[in-house]
Amino acid sequence: MQNWIGGIEKLEVLKRVSIKEQEPEKRVNNFDEVCLGYSSDEAVQEALRCLECKNAPCIKGCPVEVKIPEFIRLIKEKKFKESYLKILETNLLPAICGRVCPQETQCEKNCVRGIKGEPIAIGKLERFVADWFRQNCEFEFEKPESNGKKVAIIGSGPAGLSCASSLAKLGYEVVIFEAFHKLGGVLYYGIPEFRLPKEVVEWEIENLKKMGVEFRTNMVFGKTFDLEDLKQEGFEAVFISSGAGLPNFLNIEGELLNGIYSANEFLTRVNLMKAYKFPEYDTPIKLGKKVGVIGGGNVAMDAARVARRLGSEVYILYRRTEAEMPARKEEIDHAKEEGIKILELVSPVRFMGDETGHVRALELVKMQLSQPDSSGRRSVKPIDGSNFIFEADNFIVAIGQSPNPLVKKAIPELELNPNGSIKVNENLMTNVEGVFAGGDIVTGAATVILAMGMGKKAAENIDKYIMCS
Amino acid sequence: MNEIVIKQNIVPNVWLMGIYSPQVAKKAKPGQFVILRVTETGERIPLTIADFDSDKGIVFIIFQVVGKTTSILSTLNIGDSIADFVGPLGMPYEQDSNDKSYLFIAGGLGIPAIYSKVKMLHSQGKDIEIIVGGRSKENIFFEEELRKYCSSLYISTNDGSYGQKGLVTDILTQLLENGKRYDEIFAVGPVLMMKAVVDITKKYGIKTLVSLNPIMVDGTGMCGGCRVKIGNEIKFACVDGPIFNGFEVDFDGLMKRNSYYQDLENLSYKEHKCKIGLGE
Repeated sequence: MQNWIGGIEKLEVLKRVSIKEQEPEKRVNNFDEVCLGYSSDEAVQEALRCLECKNAPCIKGCPVEVKIPEFIRLIKEKKFKESYLKILETNLLPAICGRVCPQETQCEKNCVRGIKGEPIAIGKLERFVADWFRQNCEFEFEKPESNGKKVAIIGSGPAGLSCASSLAKLGYEVVIFEAFHKLGGVLYYGIPEFRLPKEVVEWEIENLKKMGVEFRTNMVFGKTFDLEDLKQEGFEAVFISSGAGLPNFLNIEGELLNGIYSANEFLTRVNLMKAYKFPEYDTPIKLGKKVGVIGGGNVAMDAARVARRLGSEVYILYRRTEAEMPARKEEIDHAKEEGIKILELVSPVRFMGDETGHVRALELVKMQLSQPDSSGRRSVKPIDGSNFIFEADNFIVAIGQSPNPLVKKAIPELELNPNGSIKVNENLMTNVEGVFAGGDIVTGAATVILAMGMGKKAAENIDKYIMCS
Repeated sequence: MNEIVIKQNIVPNVWLMGIYSPQVAKKAKPGQFVILRVTETGERIPLTIADFDSDKGIVFIIFQVVGKTTSILSTLNIGDSIADFVGPLGMPYEQDSNDKSYLFIAGGLGIPAIYSKVKMLHSQGKDIEIIVGGRSKENIFFEEELRKYCSSLYISTNDGSYGQKGLVTDILTQLLENGKRYDEIFAVGPVLMMKAVVDITKKYGIKTLVSLNPIMVDGTGMCGGCRVKIGNEIKFACVDGPIFNGFEVDFDGLMKRNSYYQDLENLSYKEHKCKIGLGE
């Protein structure tokens, strides 16, 4: 195999096999997936670029340590099913991770191929085998004998799903409680269809059901039920993965004006409630000709691209420069291809509205970047007197979230960090016996894969806890 | 689950329903609300819990047909189920144990919103007076039920067809001018009504609570759609409320926010009526 690679043009080895995408002009008119994925041949061709490094630096960059060179070798051998099962050994949701993980800052960042050329498209290959499996195979699962122990999981997002899968494999009876009427948490209400099709999420959840995991929707922890109820029902441990929580606002003048959405509300209306199909679906959404999105993370990109698809002209307003944006590069590139403009180094001062109470403009101040501090992060400060007015019909605020206060109500003795997130020890256990926590409720808004990694780690520790007590 | 077990037409266009939901009924407390979704394509709307029977597992809601969702809900019958019924949401009503005398003021659909609180306070031996108001006689309901739990019930209608002609605030002004005082006043109804009540009670410095009903989606604090300005802070009605100190509420902001989707909602309702053959 190595000889074969050596035999092809050097240029081809340096560059990754390009991937087909929906044309920008076309995709801004639909919610279909942007990336069309590799064909079998393309996947094999890309896999052949992998050097199968012995020390596999790529694995070290992955929060769940997917056996990357091994699954890629199986693609080279066209053993796609085996490749999928290899990923599954460490990662429950390859079709999802292959789409939404920030590979460029994780596995692909460490890829040796990346030193001289482009790193292996690990994410795209992961996605390929997951899609291939979904289209060609039945998910089979040999249910282990039940150990008779029950664990409750709060929230059906990535952390909860991965914890449930790990525990189910060990023979636990797992029940996932979800506050919404749909399962998947942020995978459903947050990430838009053009980045992560709902059928992919639904397929993964169906597999969990086949593994014996029970789901209960419309259950709000701290309202519909609490820790006492779970104890009474015989649950021996609880994993709280209820997500990031309340949307942050800017706390500036005019923020209550109509036409200003939090990214959460905007995305929930569209993704979960299907407001883009109004009036076929009953939940409305209103978006004018020009929209300003405040923020520079993945959520801001998602909101901007959804707004674009609803027909608006969209501007992203960010206080630093594009280089500092926390969003994935691919998402920023996709957004720009779709005609979304980025206004760098601007910070909101106040919203201005009309007599009906609708927002019409935002006063912005220009910012300047300072030299990087010891942590390497460059801070920004406003340039005096540089204020200007940015007119738009709607604004979407995407500047992060703060922990939801409801969990504390379900477990009053629960210890929190000063910022309101749940305090956990190295085993992800809280100060309350048998109660573990992970995902965004612990870390603040982060990535799907990080949440999954915590779910998996929590499952290992829950198992130890139950088996030792 | 979520089966309709009781359905009654209270007055034209206003329905009472008992929904079988043991988990919500078990946890419900006065002042809380539910979010329901009637069908798979439906929207999530908040409704006050009018009353609940924890033993039988029934939650009572009262709603007026004002749009598509409430219209569809009103056509369902005993034995039918609704898609989703989530709750109890919001902070329960908390009274100051030192307070002895209460005045409740309810307009229109605010009437069911005071019912469970009045019942609870009555069981604790508190002195309760109530003012209810509506446009016309047919908008006044629950009169007999409320009378059981209070020492005085005053009624006003805009057109004078029942009770005193005028507004609930006219009666409030008369009571206060005649020297009546209360430890707490609780007002629920249209935003304009609550605002008018607060304008009066502020002058007398009487503690006044109001229950807000802003536009909501998830009801658990995630979307931030129900934000209201309370004093100088932004609060989320679904997790911080829905009951707030009336003196601190930005009613004008709330009124504007509540009207945001009015045109689309009217459109959706109109289309629905056309489809079922009631077109205008």
